Amino acid sequence: MSHDTQIKKEPSNLSSKQFRTDSPLIDQIPGRKRQILRESPESELKMEEFLLNVGPQHPSTHGVLRLVVALEGEVIKRCDPDLGYLHRTFEKISESRSYQQIVPFTDRMDYLGSMNANWGVAVAVEKLAKIEVPERAEYLRVIVSELNRIASHLMWMGAFGADIGAVTAFLYGFRERELILDMFEEICGSRLTYGYIRVGGVAEDITPKFDKLVREFLDILPAKLEDYHNLITGNPIFLERTRGVGAITLEEAISYGVTGPMLKACGMPWDLRKEEPYSVYPKFDFDIPVYYNGDCFDRFRVRMDEMVESAKIVIQALDGLPEGDYKVKKLARNIKPPVGDVYVRQEAPRGEYGVYMESDGSTKPNRVKYRTPSFSNLSILPLMTVGWKIADLVAILGSVDIVLGDVDR
Amino acid sequence: MAVSVKNITVPRGKNWVDNTYIIPVIKGLIITLRHMFKKPIVLYYPENKKVLPPNYRGLHMLTRDEQGREKCVACEMCSTACPADCIRIVANDSGDVWKDNFENREKHPIVFEIDELRCIFCGMCVEACPEDAIDMTDMHNLADYTRQDFIYDKERLLGVYDEYIKRHPDHAKRRDGEFKAMKNSSYFSVVSVENAKKPGGH
Ligand code: SF4
Ligand code: SF4
Repeated sequence: MSHDTQIKKEPSNLSSKQFRTDSPLIDQIPGRKRQILRESPESELKMEEFLLNVGPQHPSTHGVLRLVVALEGEVIKRCDPDLGYLHRTFEKISESRSYQQIVPFTDRMDYLGSMNANWGVAVAVEKLAKIEVPERAEYLRVIVSELNRIASHLMWMGAFGADIGAVTAFLYGFRERELILDMFEEICGSRLTYGYIRVGGVAEDITPKFDKLVREFLDILPAKLEDYHNLITGNPIFLERTRGVGAITLEEAISYGVTGPMLKACGMPWDLRKEEPYSVYPKFDFDIPVYYNGDCFDRFRVRMDEMVESAKIVIQALDGLPEGDYKVKKLARNIKPPVGDVYVRQEAPRGEYGVYMESDGSTKPNRVKYRTPSFSNLSILPLMTVGWKIADLVAILGSVDIVLGDVDR
Repeated sequence: MAVSVKNITVPRGKNWVDNTYIIPVIKGLIITLRHMFKKPIVLYYPENKKVLPPNYRGLHMLTRDEQGREKCVACEMCSTACPADCIRIVANDSGDVWKDNFENREKHPIVFEIDELRCIFCGMCVEACPEDAIDMTDMHNLADYTRQDFIYDKERLLGVYDEYIKRHPDHAKRRDGEFKAMKNSSYFSVVSVENAKKPGGH
């Protein structure tokens, strides 16, 4: 997986209305620039390429990712991610389990956004087997997945801060995330592997305590976000380490299949909740945050703003929660969907999460394929890091928000 | 490879105060130091423990009925539902030997094993059971010396129930419609969690 510094820029065939084309050129952003290596015939210094192994047991790689970095001095010439250390054959396992049994395995893919991972599979099976889900279940799904998005972004904010050197943010992010985990524990009895969104609805109805916890949390969230902004966003050290760093253009992002906050940071308000509305999202009023520089700082800002938008959705869904069943009353123990296939895609905290499922009419799917956002987002890392210093590598990798369980599956 | 020399431009602030980053550091300290006067959010574990909800998905148990017999009828619904394939059940007809104890049952398990290392704690076995015979507890601090020790047999799983029911005597109501009411009561406060005693123990 080696890449040249120059990649061919393909003209994008997206309509110009969808994104701003007059975005400021990356070189004009205040902040640091990529290092340019200059040849100097007078100097007698010999420079040799230096290969550095980062990971797989390195705390900054957010899991078990190995990066083979070719350095010239401190400047990165090449960066090749080496994946597969966390490969657990979830696609194959899914093909050998009954349709309901797939859900708990998806918890282990994107373990910071399990609710969304559950949801994609549940919807795929429901579409295959033509199961109608009660409206209350759809609302509950939206509530938990948006809460999960906030939890995921809080965790990311903390981890990113710690990567950059702001370790305090790490503790603050975890402190608030804990409140969301408490809510999930209340409704599904688990703190990380929820398995809450099931085929045909959700596992359990919410309780009054859950409602109270959510409202309390949403009350304090704005003040906490302000704290983070004061602590991190306004900090010149943080700005200097992220502004302009690892910037990519919109065309590059699109050609690599980058989605989610990374794409929004490049100036394109592409969000499947708006573009291809699913579930009950059209009923809610929310915005898609967009920034135009495509650098680490803008990715940070997108995620911080997304938390506010998610909070808006949660409160609207909670207020408008209809009465009724939370799951389909009579569901066969062994679902046998008719022959066919389906592709479901949803906006997970990290980007587009897709599930392709093919049924051969038996109780097990014939083929399951997961399109996970972390994997596609990571693919642009070699391009993003070239020309930056080794210290920036940590910032750039952190800003991608990879979950290795999601990359390797 | 050719010789290369890098031109490095170090970004500089307007004056020396900016370059020392003293002001942002002080600003940050104001925010962090404020937290010194707030209530700590951490618990002194293991002396203090978090209150876990009654639907917490921890170690399994096999429940007993009023007469102290295991409720399980060896229908194998749970092992069929289990995505991790970690429940092993060998059923026996109730037969003559069991007539007195299990008069109204066709079958009961003579072997019921759960491999807690294979288990992914998804709770699907609990949902599948028609007799409420299998349930999950709030015990999560499982530790043992060998892999074999993690295979919980019937006696141990019943032992977990005995242990659990001491702390939560009205657990039986959990599935009887009063579940919701219980969830919001303060009844479920965990004081100490200990592992179930192993028969013949270590
Ligand atoms: S909790 Fe899940 S994995 Fe564990 S025994 Fe029950 S069904 Fe199997
Ligand atoms: S525990 Fe429940 S589901 Fe499993 S065999 Fe016994 S009665 Fe059947």
